[in-house]
Amino acid sequence: MNAILFGATKGMGRAVARELAERGDRLFLLGRDIGDLARSASDLDIRRGHPAVAGTARCDLGDPSTFPGALAAAKTALGEIDLVVVSAAEFATQPVLEAEPDRARRLLAANFTNTIVFCEEARGYLLPRGGTLCVFSSVAGDRGRKPVILYGAAKAGLSRYLEGLDHKFRRAGLKVVCVRPGFVKTSMTEGLKPPPFAGTPEKVAKAVVRAIDRGTPVLYTPPMWRVVMAVIRMLPRSIMRRVDF
Amino acid sequence: MTHLSGWGGMSAPGVERLSEDLEAITRDVPLTRGLGRSYGDSSLPPPSHPIAAATPLADRLLAFDASTGDLRAEAGYSMRDLIRRFLPRGWCTPVSPGTQFVTLGGMVAADVHGKNHHVDGTIGRHVRRLRLRVGTGAIVECSPTVEPELFAATIGGMGLTGHILDVTIRLVRVPSPWLMGFSRRVGDIDEFMVALKQAASEWPYTLGWIDCLARGRHMGRGVLMAGRWATADEAPKTFPRPPVRLFVPFVCPSWVMGRMVGRVVNELIYRGHRRRPHLKLMKPEPFFYPLDSIEHWNRLYGRRGFTQYQCVLPESAGPDAVRDLVELLTRLGGATFLCVIKDCGDEGTGMLSFPRRGTSIALDLPIRENTQRLIDDLNAFVVGKGGRVYLAKDAFTRPEHFRAMEPRLAAFDAVRRRWDPDRVIRSAQSIRLFGDRP
Repeated sequence: MNAILFGATKGMGRAVARELAERGDRLFLLGRDIGDLARSASDLDIRRGHPAVAGTARCDLGDPSTFPGALAAAKTALGEIDLVVVSAAEFATQPVLEAEPDRARRLLAANFTNTIVFCEEARGYLLPRGGTLCVFSSVAGDRGRKPVILYGAAKAGLSRYLEGLDHKFRRAGLKVVCVRPGFVKTSMTEGLKPPPFAGTPEKVAKAVVRAIDRGTPVLYTPPMWRVVMAVIRMLPRSIMRRVDF
Repeated sequence: MTHLSGWGGMSAPGVERLSEDLEAITRDVPLTRGLGRSYGDSSLPPPSHPIAAATPLADRLLAFDASTGDLRAEAGYSMRDLIRRFLPRGWCTPVSPGTQFVTLGGMVAADVHGKNHHVDGTIGRHVRRLRLRVGTGAIVECSPTVEPELFAATIGGMGLTGHILDVTIRLVRVPSPWLMGFSRRVGDIDEFMVALKQAASEWPYTLGWIDCLARGRHMGRGVLMAGRWATADEAPKTFPRPPVRLFVPFVCPSWVMGRMVGRVVNELIYRGHRRRPHLKLMKPEPFFYPLDSIEHWNRLYGRRGFTQYQCVLPESAGPDAVRDLVELLTRLGGATFLCVIKDCGDEGTGMLSFPRRGTSIALDLPIRENTQRLIDDLNAFVVGKGGRVYLAKDAFTRPEHFRAMEPRLAAFDAVRRRWDPDRVIRSAQSIRLFGDRP
């Protein structure tokens, strides 16, 4: 499979890239820092034992003008494209975002508008033959919750967008996978206290690759979060006002 | 305030700063830690600046040269991944400690040794190059030829010379991913010393397990374990699947590792090995890392935890020194579950590297009221014999004993003065033993 990975140098994206590289897929990496991309490319090549990465290109989630060039470079290097994985995103805690409006604006733009703009661009590369678009949303988008109001709002919008894409283009051959990780121990959640069923990037990556192969439209991972979120979605407003999760 | 702890359970207030980007997180912290497998306080930050950069997410492979075996990786790359990834290609680490849950950075900082020390030395002998962030904030590359003093001080320097960012080590070719393991019972401590010496000339990997709870004429009985890589003809064609790991789900009450249970377990281990020499094909995990088969085994020691006392007695101390140490331990009532003995080869190039030609003895001791006194007495004995303790295990040694064991300290201090004049980089252990500011 030929795959474009946006955000594969860190966290869950890094783990997904390793899974794909080890099973023999050809990868093209997009990210903000060229030096960091090169380090990840050598990591994936060495893990595979021979070249797994066809190339890298600078692509900044904060700057949509970088998207077309980066995707075109990937197309040139890979030829046909079967899979696009988007795990790039911004994160900050609710108190930080409330204190720094500029940061909140940047996060909302990156995680909602720009992510969707990127997906729209990528859709054009996948659609003629069919393919898979796998995007990392979050359980934070499932319900408005006090600790993730802004982050969750952007992810909720992203989840709806992906749902709509699935409805419209599934028949045309576009498989859309919306990944909704619960708490996963990565540098993004560093400093936060992990809840009981916190996942690891490696386990998440295995589940994500399985979902990509099967075309699962919505993936909760670790799986326990499907149940947790089902309960949280059903809680009445009077309780949500009182609790702090 | 959250706490960080060493493997033995000793803890201190502190938080880990975790990131893929080591250069970013090491800018303003006093210490870097890996997987926290050092037993005592080496990986605990100072109380006045309780933050440690954590390396496990910095685990990328940066270069591999299949003609030489040189592997360059970020400091958080783990031995576990190295074994599983490179064994299928016929490569392995030249030296491994007794657990696979260690990072390359941690291995260099402790200058770890393994069952093959008498042949291959410590990991330091196989390190080609290091990239460090030193105390002044600068990033420096060093090797045996570039900044050789900084390099030598960093090998076994417990992370005190700088934050290790990436490591180049030379892997070795192995004929198969399987091992041919050898074992036989040994009747007492005198027989043990002879058996180890003899095994050293026949096997690249040797180790002795001693039943320290056996008394009288059985004192020092145990099992001699040795091995080598299986040849391609001996090995099965299949790759060894990783064994299933058990785990200890919670911190146990302290009687679990009490004397009675200890007797039974030691008896079972002893009886579990055949009297006569016995050869068998083994997977790498049970051969190199028997304790790793139980996740969180440190929880067995209860809330107060345990410490490991590991010292090396030089050859010049004579053959009876080891016997005297075991007798002293028995007399002091230091009941120990696990006692491991290993003959060491030549001293490494690391300025504070632990092993030296002689015999190393490692004892797991549950922490009790008298632990400090017990270790003081053992240290007094070791100082008298010209030996020293292993900093990666230590939590109780007093600075005066440490100074008496370490004539090499002045040279090490000089390197630190040059690269970290303000002694920014320090640990709970360096405050205790090196006199760093809290």
